[in-house]
Amino acid sequence: MTRAPFATVLALTLLAGCSYAPPSRAAIKPTAKRNPAPPFTLKDSQGKSFNLADYKGKVVLLNFWATWCGPCKLEIPWFMEFEKNYRDKGFAVLGVSMDEEGWEVVKPYLERVKMNYRVAIGNDIMAQHYGGVESLPTSFLIDRDGKIAAVHVGLVSKSDYQRDIEHLLNSGKKASAGSRVVAVPAVALPAVQ
Amino acid sequence: MLLLCPLLLFPQFSNILTVQTPPTMSMKAGVETPVKLHVKLNSGYHVNSDKPADEYLIPLKLTWTSGPLAVKSVTFPPPRMEKYAFSEKPLSVYTDDFDIITKFEAPANTPKGEKLVTGKLRYQACSHTACYPPRTAEVKIAVNLY
Repeated sequence: MTRAPFATVLALTLLAGCSYAPPSRAAIKPTAKRNPAPPFTLKDSQGKSFNLADYKGKVVLLNFWATWCGPCKLEIPWFMEFEKNYRDKGFAVLGVSMDEEGWEVVKPYLERVKMNYRVAIGNDIMAQHYGGVESLPTSFLIDRDGKIAAVHVGLVSKSDYQRDIEHLLNSGKKASAGSRVVAVPAVALPAVQ
Repeated sequence: MLLLCPLLLFPQFSNILTVQTPPTMSMKAGVETPVKLHVKLNSGYHVNSDKPADEYLIPLKLTWTSGPLAVKSVTFPPPRMEKYAFSEKPLSVYTDDFDIITKFEAPANTPKGEKLVTGKLRYQACSHTACYPPRTAEVKIAVNLY
């Protein structure tokens, strides 16, 4: 290949990769390439503190959302269904609302939709630990070892989520027998009322 | 690949909406004068209109800091009713370019000379698949009052 065509191909490849940010369809990362999920402590709608370590041994779908985010609200019924169907298999959804007004707007929404999974109000510090969370919805699939197996930015299809969750639940069963929860740096995040 | 193109990736997150203000406006005290803000949205994005259909959606809101000029009215253009994959009903939105007209008036006894009018445009933008936290664009207009 001559230099000119190579340069053209390179330029086109870069443009193709950079000019459009499609909805994320991140594949499940290989176990060796997964990073520990940053720990956090938050308060749920009942005022009860909880942290990520409470969910060790479970597959967790950590979903950053907001009441003003249309794509987020499309996903919520899916997540409720996942919570219901996979709860007994070691799965949990954690919703982290990024609404500036906090519980004032979130609680009425939870009651209206009858959300069946745990929801907390997030904060900028937590979002920073999770890479900034530039847009919503952003979801992290955390494996049974407390490591981030996949990140979905933007609306992703229900079937993609379902496939990833089932993959982690099934692979987790095999891996968790001899594994332990990986220790992560103890970063204390402020609990948000 | 991502390492090679951060400059191309980041602008779409940081600069979804821009507000173009007119050059220095000449305004006669005691006379109602329209001022046009030209708002430009990047392709593929929308912001909620000033009257979104859903109570949870954050409306486009223009507020002016109180100063020597009185705000007589703020007029938003007619919104577009757009259907998105994530919503059951069409949403009341603005896309592409649009203008917001504010009518100012300085009382006749206002001291003449250069004035600076400042305001804030609060917006909340989304694409077809994701939404961005509400942001505020600062607006400044230089006025020569005569």
